[in-house]
Amino acid sequence: MEFINIFIKAAFVENLVLAYFLGMCSYLAVSKTVKTAFGLGLAVIFVLGVTMPINWLINTFLLSESGVFGIDLTFLRFILFIAVIASMVQLVEMIVEKFSPSLYNALGIFLPLITVNCAILGGSLFMVSREYNFSDSLAFGLGGGFGWFLAIIAIAAIREKIKYSNVPAPLRGLGMAFILTGLMGLAFLSLTGIDPAALTAAK
Amino acid sequence: MADVAVKDKPKVQEREPLFGAKEKKLLVDPLNDNNPITVQVLGICSALAVTSLVAPSIVMSVAVIFVTGFSSLFTSLLRNYIPKSVRLIAQLIIIASLVTVVELALKYLNYPIYRQLSVYIGLIITNCIVMGRLEAFAMANKPWRAFVDGIGNGLGYGAILILIAIVREIFGKGTLLGFGLIGPSNEQASYLINTAAESGFGSLFAWYSNNNLMVLPAAAMFVIGILIWLQRSYNQKLIDIS
Repeated sequence: MEFINIFIKAAFVENLVLAYFLGMCSYLAVSKTVKTAFGLGLAVIFVLGVTMPINWLINTFLLSESGVFGIDLTFLRFILFIAVIASMVQLVEMIVEKFSPSLYNALGIFLPLITVNCAILGGSLFMVSREYNFSDSLAFGLGGGFGWFLAIIAIAAIREKIKYSNVPAPLRGLGMAFILTGLMGLAFLSLTGIDPAALTAAK
Repeated sequence: MADVAVKDKPKVQEREPLFGAKEKKLLVDPLNDNNPITVQVLGICSALAVTSLVAPSIVMSVAVIFVTGFSSLFTSLLRNYIPKSVRLIAQLIIIASLVTVVELALKYLNYPIYRQLSVYIGLIITNCIVMGRLEAFAMANKPWRAFVDGIGNGLGYGAILILIAIVREIFGKGTLLGFGLIGPSNEQASYLINTAAESGFGSLFAWYSNNNLMVLPAAAMFVIGILIWLQRSYNQKLIDIS
């Protein structure tokens, strides 16, 4: 049950994009069409879902004082986390290139840039600061990825439509995307205070 | 500036001045025409969540300026020794080490702000500005110029960050760097919510009651959207024509 609670919380209540502004760069740059947004969203779910448990293992068994080496190595955390993320992204890149060359071309530079997508590293750092256990971190990774996926699909769909609207010229494109994200953030805000644990306990 | 540098060192006249027109352009360009946040759309990720108050934004800006400057410098020094196939990893390791230094320094110097910034200090690693400048500039330029470019982009980022923070803190909390500026002063506000204060600093516009919207993360989005609007109406060549 805890697994589902954390999943829902990460996806809706504490959405990585709309509540914490993580992964904003690729979120704004790749959200011009729904199709590419969809592909990138799936890639992010995968990378987040895989790197979080791996980073949890690294943090618990290698870096902490009770780990293999018996000394506090937490100052190496950033370097090791980013290395895991970079190698996972490399893996995803190879998979996408093999199975969907058209998506590979459409995503272009933004596929390797998932490495520097703050949502991925941010997820791992949140996992450490919130002291999640292994299954929690898996749930947080998948939920956070799903929330990111939802947010980018939503903004891409809105931006496809808003192209035909009469937006003031200086606001066109980027400016409007920011304001739309703000409005979406306000909408998601209405979900705060919902505690999935209380809902499931009531049953 | 250029003339002075040449006069001082007549022997090295053939060398370029230490801080000439090109360096100045590298430093000033990112402040407006090529601003990392409002024009290149880089580095928004780790930034906007810290802008609800001015003090952490200043700390964040200083940290980012430090990291962009020195990561550009080191990458540029090492650029001929880094094989192309592993350059991303090499750059990330340089950035991650610098950020670790910043994190430890901040933890030691100012723990409350360190707690407040929490994961966002670590997220400077994935700040696209740093990576973007390394890829686009430092890998192909001499160390000094790369360093100036890094500092310039850090400044451009910091300027926007502090601007947003000032707007949000004044309208959201009625304070600037913690000093009461508008609205009823703190003691009065705690007893008499929304009641006009009599006089004194901190009650300049005593009728003003804080706008809680500005404290929410979403407000950062509105503020930056409006900033882009203003900048582009002033600087027409930046308008998105697509």
